[in-house]
Amino acid sequence: MTDFVIPVITVAVLVYAAIKKVDVFGAFCEGAAEGLKTCADILPALILLLVCIGMFSASGAVDALTGLLKPLCDALGFPTEVMPLVILRPFSGSGAMAVYSEIAAAAGADTFAERVAATLIGSSETTFYTVAVYFSAVKIRKTRHAVPSALVPDLTAWIICGAVVFLFFGA
Amino acid sequence: MSKQYIFYKTDFGDEVLKVILLVIPLVSVVFAVVNGRMSELSTAILGKTSDAVELVISLCGVMCFWCGLMKVAERAGLTEKLAKLLSPAVNFLFKGLKRGGKAAGLIAMNISANILGLGNASTPLGISAMKAIAEEENIPDGGEASDNMVTLAVLNTASLQILPATAAALRSANGSAKPLDILPCVWIVSAYSLAAAIISSKVFSGIGKNNTRNRG
Repeated sequence: MTDFVIPVITVAVLVYAAIKKVDVFGAFCEGAAEGLKTCADILPALILLLVCIGMFSASGAVDALTGLLKPLCDALGFPTEVMPLVILRPFSGSGAMAVYSEIAAAAGADTFAERVAATLIGSSETTFYTVAVYFSAVKIRKTRHAVPSALVPDLTAWIICGAVVFLFFGA
Repeated sequence: MSKQYIFYKTDFGDEVLKVILLVIPLVSVVFAVVNGRMSELSTAILGKTSDAVELVISLCGVMCFWCGLMKVAERAGLTEKLAKLLSPAVNFLFKGLKRGGKAAGLIAMNISANILGLGNASTPLGISAMKAIAEEENIPDGGEASDNMVTLAVLNTASLQILPATAAALRSANGSAKPLDILPCVWIVSAYSLAAAIISSKVFSGIGKNNTRNRG
């Protein structure tokens, strides 16, 4: 079923654009160039973050941290090795990518932990960055309940993510 | 999409990142000494730099393709079309805004861009929407955020994207056989998170108001 998603969206967009007489080639290249720029922009940050995260796991510190959080995660059916991602996700998008690739490399492709990590990335945002950008744009410092309200969805995602992936794929 | 990656331009993110970049290497060295894993640590530092380059290169194709396709969708007017469909939901979530006014329109456009995963378009639209709310509700610079402002910011911290392009690109870079097989999971978790975002922004706003009243 999910095999249809990408081809259908691709064809639908191209057909709709043709009907609307859009310069498809020009628009595509412009967008793709923006994508290329995004990739180039994240590389310097990704190098530093991936080194830090690599150090953290190579030294055995991640094992110690996950050992501490294991009882809580077991209760939620959440894979403990994905915890570093839960912690970093609200702060940094490239940090989350770095942690994901570390988790995915250790767990292997299409495993329970890898699916939970990817689902978490796909269903959450860089909370603190977003709140900061939106309120600094209107020069507001008293954000009232914005941060606690914004962290509730992140918490919700963490609580149910393991169970949802288990429901579809098993452990 | 780019808003997920630019994380170093905010005050708050800056402070947290400073701490993370100091604490993680320090703790790592201590743990490596205790566990006798100094050679692994050394290998990790050098090896991870090329891992980062490989990751970006393997992501690049999908990212460019998706950004290109979504630019075509934007040019064809898909964002405006979606915004029209969303305006009843906007009127329901944002109380007291002029129907069909500037703020309500920009909010609908911001949400549509988020649904389509147009990061480059959604952030500027969201910022303009915030400014329009401030104008319509007469909120001065340095003032206190209004309920509608908080709701808009909180909506943007939940993932509305219908197709998790970054997650899919990361998965295929990691050798997943079917990167999109997690789609139902992403939708369910996103829907719950979105519901939690809306409910928590309403509930916490109520609590905040009661406190102010009690104090007054």
